[in-house]
Amino acid sequence: MPSNLSERAIKAKRQDKTATVIISVIVGFIILLLAAIIIYILAKGIGKAVDPSFLTSNPQQFKEGGGIGPELFNSFYLLVITLIISFPLSLGAAIFLAEYAPANAVTSGIKTAIEVLSSLPSIVVGLFAFLLFVIQMGWGFSIASGALALTVFNIPLLVRTIQQALESVPAHQRDAGLAMGLTRWETTIHIILPTAMPAIVTGLILSAGRVFGEAAALIYSAGQSAPALDFTNFDLSSASCPWNIWRPAETLAVHIWKINSEGVVPDLEAVSDGTAAVLIICVLAFNLLARFLGKRLGKKLTAE
Amino acid sequence: MMNFGSKASKLEVVGDKVADLNVTVDGTIMRTKDVGVRYNETYKALRDVSLNFDRGQVTALIGPSGCGKSTYLRCLNLMNREIPHCHIDGEIYFHGKQINFKDVNVYDLRTQVGMVFQTPNPFRKSIYDNIAFGLKKHGIKDKAYIDETVERSLKQAALWDEVKDKLKKSAYALSGGQRQRLCIARTLSLNPEIVLMDEPCSALDPIATRAIERTILSIASRGIAVIIVTHNIEQARRVSDKTAYFYLGEMVETGDTSKIFTNPDDQRTADYLDGRFG
Repeated sequence: MPSNLSERAIKAKRQDKTATVIISVIVGFIILLLAAIIIYILAKGIGKAVDPSFLTSNPQQFKEGGGIGPELFNSFYLLVITLIISFPLSLGAAIFLAEYAPANAVTSGIKTAIEVLSSLPSIVVGLFAFLLFVIQMGWGFSIASGALALTVFNIPLLVRTIQQALESVPAHQRDAGLAMGLTRWETTIHIILPTAMPAIVTGLILSAGRVFGEAAALIYSAGQSAPALDFTNFDLSSASCPWNIWRPAETLAVHIWKINSEGVVPDLEAVSDGTAAVLIICVLAFNLLARFLGKRLGKKLTAE
Repeated sequence: MMNFGSKASKLEVVGDKVADLNVTVDGTIMRTKDVGVRYNETYKALRDVSLNFDRGQVTALIGPSGCGKSTYLRCLNLMNREIPHCHIDGEIYFHGKQINFKDVNVYDLRTQVGMVFQTPNPFRKSIYDNIAFGLKKHGIKDKAYIDETVERSLKQAALWDEVKDKLKKSAYALSGGQRQRLCIARTLSLNPEIVLMDEPCSALDPIATRAIERTILSIASRGIAVIIVTHNIEQARRVSDKTAYFYLGEMVETGDTSKIFTNPDDQRTADYLDGRFG
């Protein structure tokens, strides 16, 4: 029945068009929303965010004109420490899960545990870190406590992205390595890992963006105070030594939360907006860096 | 029984050095006795296959999908051991020594028994590194030797002329047929005595297929035993000295290719070759 057929074709075409329009509208709405948020934050805070003295000076408790120098440094330092702890652990766990783990109850138990860990509210992670690291271990509000809290927060994300990156390497690459007389370990390290590396680096940097903007997990672990830092001080036991991991370290995200909840400085709105702008610029930079480095690394490792 | 390089006359394009290579090695290099494969202890994918492989000969393993020919091939370099719950039964002799035991050095074995896969799978590295990498991993540090081997292997795989000016380029810049020849070169770089090929041409066009077939004949003419699994009956006829027909996890019949193709003993073989099924 040709007439029937063409009727169906017309109907299918119409459905296709309708679906395309609906999807486009939804996507457009989401993009608009995201763009609006970013533009709003940047518009309100850009004045402060590009002011060098705001970026480098110490915060003020009561007067206006305070900066975010220590917070900016703390955010990066805490991030680096967190990644130094969480990346090797996650890489090892992901390699085990992707390449070695037998398909049994223990493995699926581990996988479930990681899933659960990744859906844990970050405030819960923060309170856990407070009880264990700050109180039990007696480390107080410190970079060490904060970094470990962020590690708990970061590991499940990293394990999953690295595992996915490893599993997306075609099985025939594994076969090729093994058939050349390489051990499973050599195959993993020299063939699978380099192939997956661009995706791993991308995942790492994206997770860094999340860690960088994390506040709840840090409020009760890295603390809410930022001692003035003296970059000429290398006494690792001194609170003003930037590299001391036993000092409290308020980060940008925590700073935003704190001045909005209990700040008394007269220019708190400007400080908060400026900090938010700096934070979002950093996170955007992480994302761009992730793409750039992922591509670069891919080219380099695969000679493509 | 064995006639070394019997297919050398078929060579249309003779690779370099073939002519002056007067290898006189002879006889069986590998033999299997009652080799079977089990999955999960119970499911038998393959039963009691006994075959002999001679130096310099090409053996084709043919049969319909799921007949166990690839499974058998993957026993010969113990690659099946990499599959969870897969168990190889029976005896596999390489150089007269039984290798199907638990603590055998599979790593050395696999350098001597190379393998080429269905999907061309060069490493995501440069053409040069695809070959140099394996050598380095097996402890070879001499740069001159590595350079020499890269060139020799690429020549043996009839790829050298096409890639000699772009050795540092990615292997994935090559065409499918070139990639497969690179994989063959990679295998040859370790000086294997046996090369296993698992449907090496099934992803390739007819021209690339012919190039691989010429390479197969050239490899065999160097005294290497080539064992090729193929779906393509014509290919088996073109390249192999011996053929083994597999059906439902069993090896039904084996013999000289000319005999199998003209006058098979078993009705099932005749039916398959006539295209009545499979």
